[in-house]
Amino acid sequence: MMSDDDSSRGPTSGTDRLIEMLAKDAGAWHRFGTVLLKAVAIGVVMAAVVFIVLMNPRPDLEQVIRTARVLFKFIVTVPLAIAMIGLLDRIGRPAAPLGPWPWLLGGVGAVLVVGVGIELAMVPSSEWAASLIGTNARYCLMFIPLIAIGPLVCFIVALRQGMPAHPGLAGAAAGVASSAIAAAFYATHCPDDSPLFVATWYTLATCIVAICGYFAGRRFL
Amino acid sequence: MTHPREQQWSVWMAAALEGDEVAYRLFLEAVTPHLRMLARRRLAAFGSDNQDHEDVVQEALLAIHLKRGTWDPRRQIGPWLSVILRNKIIDALRRRGHRVTVPIDDVVEVLADEQSGTPTDGQDISRMMENLKPVQQDIVRSISLEGFSVRDTAARLSMTENAVRVALHRALRSLAAIYRGGTR
Repeated sequence: MMSDDDSSRGPTSGTDRLIEMLAKDAGAWHRFGTVLLKAVAIGVVMAAVVFIVLMNPRPDLEQVIRTARVLFKFIVTVPLAIAMIGLLDRIGRPAAPLGPWPWLLGGVGAVLVVGVGIELAMVPSSEWAASLIGTNARYCLMFIPLIAIGPLVCFIVALRQGMPAHPGLAGAAAGVASSAIAAAFYATHCPDDSPLFVATWYTLATCIVAICGYFAGRRFL
Repeated sequence: MTHPREQQWSVWMAAALEGDEVAYRLFLEAVTPHLRMLARRRLAAFGSDNQDHEDVVQEALLAIHLKRGTWDPRRQIGPWLSVILRNKIIDALRRRGHRVTVPIDDVVEVLADEQSGTPTDGQDISRMMENLKPVQQDIVRSISLEGFSVRDTAARLSMTENAVRVALHRALRSLAAIYRGGTR
């Protein structure tokens, strides 16, 4: 136990002692950027494993990847993942400016809107409902969150090394980032290529993961 | 324009991140009075005492230490420090919020009690140490109270230097967790 004269040393003695300890613990630390990149790498591998275990890329992927509608799915999901990971790097650091990432995010939103607009212009309105509902909506809502679990756990663990100002929002952002990674994988399987389908169901799936991320953030950050 | 004082802090902290223990100590010692002043100014409106200020300062120092990987040497260090301190002030007020709900008579009693003797509910580092594991307590006491180096502490406790470093780091993490939980 501590000796009795501790309290008589005045209020700063505890702080001096703390500084003594901190200075001697100078060695062990991790760059937040490195921690986050590791989380991305492990998260992508985990997502890939879950994807391969649960499903396969569609057999005709190589032929259809050049078609605009299939390509569109990746033009939305991959930049979304990159923008959200960049944003997580800023969210996790106290007093860091958000930088160019919100602009990239806006760009992704604009691409989505333009894609939907072109689809609406080119497809007769009688077929809108069919392309919106697609054939795999339920799978989409189930598999994207399933694939996203791995990356989400990695991002939450990484954010614990940081100091996000709003834990819930940081968790939700981690959820969107994970969902974007998951959606990019799922897009190689999903036979529904209409931007209408992507804008509806991928977004819904992302909302589910974002809500999970929000509560994970509140709980663990 | 960056404050010249903050520029010096940045230089020290950048060196500390490269493993310079001397620079790190200089940084911590230079920053502490600044944190104390800010904490006092911000907490004064809430009628908190010196022990409260010092608790916040210690908690902020721990956070600065454990989260120093989030400071980017290309950015100013002042705002980074301020945000960490602000977060810790908010945490402290939130914790106090739970205590404020007691009837006023009790508060008056507690206040009178605090004036007469040593505060019993402060989270000063020496009291919080009692929550650490025995080995961690030995190491923390040797390093912080008796001022031994990591190497000497290792020799005294017949441990390897690395084991002492790991245990010290864990002890600091536990202290931060104890602050966060508000337990004592």
